[in-house]
Amino acid sequence: MKRFFNKRALQILAIAGIAAYLASCSFYEAEWPAVKEEKDRKKAPEFALKDASGETAKLSDYRGKVVLLNFWATWCGPCEIEIPWFIEFQRQYKDRDFAVLGVSLDEDGWKSVLPFVAREKVNYRVMVTNEQVDQMYGGVDSLPTTFIIDREGRVASSHVGLASKNTYRQEILTLLGSPKHESPPISFNRPPGDLRADLFRPSR
Amino acid sequence: MVEAKVPLSLTEGYHVNSNKPSDEYLIPLQLTWSKGILEPAGVVYPKPRLEKYQFSPDKPLSVFSGSFELIAKFMVPATAPAGPAAMAGKLRYQACNNTMCLTPKTMDVAIQLDIVK
Repeated sequence: MKRFFNKRALQILAIAGIAAYLASCSFYEAEWPAVKEEKDRKKAPEFALKDASGETAKLSDYRGKVVLLNFWATWCGPCEIEIPWFIEFQRQYKDRDFAVLGVSLDEDGWKSVLPFVAREKVNYRVMVTNEQVDQMYGGVDSLPTTFIIDREGRVASSHVGLASKNTYRQEILTLLGSPKHESPPISFNRPPGDLRADLFRPSR
Repeated sequence: MVEAKVPLSLTEGYHVNSNKPSDEYLIPLQLTWSKGILEPAGVVYPKPRLEKYQFSPDKPLSVFSGSFELIAKFMVPATAPAGPAAMAGKLRYQACNNTMCLTPKTMDVAIQLDIVK
């Protein structure tokens, strides 16, 4: 009886533990990849903005590539979580026709943006908005806001607020034409809770 | 010296940075006054809360949330004429919830008063 009780208690504890674990699931797991059907994709508005080196970056320069277009700001905490992911994606997939473009909404422009991108070692092209660009993309008022654009320059998915690293990765890989369940590399440089985002995958 | 209370209330789930944020990049809550009949003599902000968020799990942020009050202090110059008067100000803030931040906003603040001699 005592043995049965212990086994039963362990089962209950295990169930309670799993329940608590699932209850602790953060927003990181709340969203799964949602690439639109090709017929539902709309053309991403064209823009031309100066990058940190003073060169003009146009979205049309990236036709043929998958682009992750991220609206962000230095004062945006959730954006700061995503930026290291985008650095990793840029490093990992740049040779597979992929590029990250960051558009900052900082009102004081490069004054805040330049030291920030230097500190974070951002390896992708960063621009500062001219206000028209964020208006063209639906009047970006909440950050981060991210659009994933297909090779034909159409918006394949969009995310307002912090999405999961795994969601972005799966969407990028889907558009790059790779297997959906490519294993991500092991990384310890991530916020607590995000590890689960890579452990749990959509089963479709 | 006169004081005016400015009551504020935030939508549940949102916070604004305090007047002294915990990171140089964060935008502080700031109440400023345009030139008027009274002389601004400082703003008393409430004690901020130090809160951790999912996007800042290790570093607590200095924030205000829920309902709180700012106290604006003014000097009344001896030359101020008796009668109704108004002071206009701007409240600058930047709000976030657990997963996103809203762009900085500036709200108009107005105080109506009667100067009695």
